[in-house]
Amino acid sequence: MEREITIALSGNPNSGKTTVFNAITGARQQIANYPGVTVEKKFGHIRHKDSDIEVVDLPGTYSLTAYSLEEIVARDFLVNERPDLVVDIVDASNLDRNLYLAVQFMELGIPLIIALNMVDVAESRDIIIDHRQLSALLEVPVIPMVARSNKGIQELLDKAVEITGNDPQWRPAVISYGMDIDQGLNKIEAIIKTSKVYDRKYPARWRALKCLEGDSQIKELLKRDPDLGEKIDGICRKIFKHIMDTLEEEPEGIIADHRYGYITGITKKTVKRKIESRLNLSDKIDRVLTNRIIGPLIMMALLYSIYVFTFSASEAPVIWFEAFFDLLKRATVSVIPEGNLQSLIVSGVIDGVGGVLGFVPLIMFMFFSIAIMEDSGYMARVAYMLDRVLRWFGLHGNSVMPLVISGGISGGCAVPGVMAARTLRDPKERIATILVVPFMNCGAKLPVYAVLIAAFFVEHKARMLFILTLLSWAFALFAAKIIRSTVLKGPKTPFVMELPPYRLPTLKGLLIHTWERTWQYIKKAGTVILGFSIILWLMMTFPGPSVEQSNFFGDQRKQLERSFLTSPDVRKLVKDEKDLAELNGLYNSYVQAMKKNDTALLDNLSTRPLSFLVRTVFFLESGKFSGQEADGNHLNAAARYINYLREMIDTDVREQQAALKGTIAGWIGQRLETITRPLGFDYRTNIALVGGFAAKEVVISTMGTAYSLGVVDPDEPGSLSERLRNDPGWDPLLAFTLIIFTMLYVPCIITVIMIRKESSWSWAGFSIVFNLVVAYLVSLVIRQGGLFLGLGV
Amino acid sequence: MKTVIKMREMSDNQEGIIKKISTTGEMGRRIREMGVVPDTWIQIQGRAPLKDPVAIKIRDYILTLRNNEADHILVEIDEPG
Repeated sequence: MEREITIALSGNPNSGKTTVFNAITGARQQIANYPGVTVEKKFGHIRHKDSDIEVVDLPGTYSLTAYSLEEIVARDFLVNERPDLVVDIVDASNLDRNLYLAVQFMELGIPLIIALNMVDVAESRDIIIDHRQLSALLEVPVIPMVARSNKGIQELLDKAVEITGNDPQWRPAVISYGMDIDQGLNKIEAIIKTSKVYDRKYPARWRALKCLEGDSQIKELLKRDPDLGEKIDGICRKIFKHIMDTLEEEPEGIIADHRYGYITGITKKTVKRKIESRLNLSDKIDRVLTNRIIGPLIMMALLYSIYVFTFSASEAPVIWFEAFFDLLKRATVSVIPEGNLQSLIVSGVIDGVGGVLGFVPLIMFMFFSIAIMEDSGYMARVAYMLDRVLRWFGLHGNSVMPLVISGGISGGCAVPGVMAARTLRDPKERIATILVVPFMNCGAKLPVYAVLIAAFFVEHKARMLFILTLLSWAFALFAAKIIRSTVLKGPKTPFVMELPPYRLPTLKGLLIHTWERTWQYIKKAGTVILGFSIILWLMMTFPGPSVEQSNFFGDQRKQLERSFLTSPDVRKLVKDEKDLAELNGLYNSYVQAMKKNDTALLDNLSTRPLSFLVRTVFFLESGKFSGQEADGNHLNAAARYINYLREMIDTDVREQQAALKGTIAGWIGQRLETITRPLGFDYRTNIALVGGFAAKEVVISTMGTAYSLGVVDPDEPGSLSERLRNDPGWDPLLAFTLIIFTMLYVPCIITVIMIRKESSWSWAGFSIVFNLVVAYLVSLVIRQGGLFLGLGV
Repeated sequence: MKTVIKMREMSDNQEGIIKKISTTGEMGRRIREMGVVPDTWIQIQGRAPLKDPVAIKIRDYILTLRNNEADHILVEIDEPG
């Protein structure tokens, strides 16, 4: 008979829950979010013995209270969706604590199977569990398994199909929490059962228990029946006072103590162990890796090697991606005629999407490295060692990885950095971390630094970069301190954290982890970024030059042409516009042929009528000359031609400049001058900074256009550096101000979108405003302070 | 001779039995759900480079706590001498 079953997979963090989920579902996994929250919901479908089984992976939790998002999500899922069965993954080598969650499922009464995972690890530590007796005492089926090597998975599924076939009912377990609480529970349970208002979703006894524990969510639900709610509340208050008076504890604490008492009673009867006096392997590793002196050194070395690995391993694929998009651009240019459509597709769509996909190899290797750190258990040690430092700034030990990835060692990227902040459980600490990681020196800021350093600080290059690295850490940490003592004010969350035993990660687990996160990145960033890059392209293109402007530059070109053609020396050789077009074409071909050293083509070109003039031009330009000596007439004509070419290029550049000034971005840049004047930025820098919102390296290419250089390649910024050094409006202080402004101002669009995906639109907006304000204030102090002290001007 | 001290005051590798958890609210709850309840055996495993947090062995696993959290956990130890 065909049946559909839903199984919820649950368990403590580090219990091997993900391994079990992967072993059951294989590659057939889907990821969504639980409604309204950012908690991930993973699920998969399989067929087993004529049953369609949907497996839902609940968030890993230690308990089922209403205090953490994950726990509420898990609880709501169980109560509202009513899965047919919960499979609780229990780490056999750490049985007591893992059973604490199992006991809470038993209290809830939902049909349950305990999957006793990692029995091999337990046995290797001389912990032998009698799983039959454990099952008998708990009255819950127990399936021993080793999920890593697929042992026990089939048995688990068999059992799941068997149990759900009997249409099991919810049956809350009755556990004793001491006389006072037990009596109170009975009383409240009886009252709840009389109510006609309460729904039947939650078992009455469980509701009573949660009420005594002070569970806010359940208390709220009980108020739906005002009379009974009042009555129940009175009983709870009485018991609370009584327990506090007699035991000096809250009922909640007493209940937890009794749960553990119940567990200890059962494990004493079912677990045989040798007294563990020797250090196990994991302890021995910890003696070295968390050693007070060499521990931090090894950590630094490991973090550094991850960074080196990620960036060197992704170097080649990044180049392939770039080459691919380059090819695509060239294909587009050859198919679509020049104009706005071509520009939109090349500069808007391909550059925008290419920008996102260009990060993919980087993100893949980064997540692969993080997955190794996480799956092996080392990440928890990093947090443990650095917690004391980061706590002072209102962050958490787990904040270190996002900071490093984002450019803690210059050259990272804030996009995977923001995503890496997921390891932080407390929302305030997580958002604070997300908000400050864009201050780190990511790879896209480096070309900007490179240009400005080459222009003004060339003799202190290395020292300058080192100072900038330190500054970015300082800004990020102090910004965190400010955020955590204002908008995200709140108590430090307890650092009650497990150091899981070291484990060798499985390749399958690593690959699934990596792929999952990479795919999410592509999906999330890819869709939104396309829209944004088109908007930015529109801003830098429209409304564009007016008709008069275009006519003006057109006229100027014609005039240059006329004055070139009418000069006497030229007239003898180049008679009309047709000859001039021929000359232009021939000169270009000749330059190309000389570059490639193509002798066949050169020979071919030298038979053409104007070839002698072209060679003379080339000689004057480069000093290389072949063939007979030029006469005076040719020399004069060649000199005029060179002059003509220069003026034409100059006109092009001025037209580009005027066009840029006439766009929305240009308009914004000019309007911003009022605000940016105290910083020393003129409209050209402002336009570049507006463009930098797309990606920080755009600052350089846009400055190139604005500073009349035509197109500047961010990888070869030499000419722009020279131009800035010789510009009277620029000085070292201004360059330093711009460096700091670039370091701190708005995160790039992709990062902003990631912030929104990881938190909300309001935090993404806050991030933009906050960073702008910080950047402005810091730059203002630097510029005005520097001017006052007369530094670097 | 047995005596009760705060967990923060214990030295590395020292063992003892938890007697009381003198904190409520979120911290009390988080500590308890990790198995830190009275009558449980613990041993100090080590401390982070800046002497905080502290790592303890409890119920077959390693748990880390900050010193200000360890202040609320009272442990009975064998006093030397």
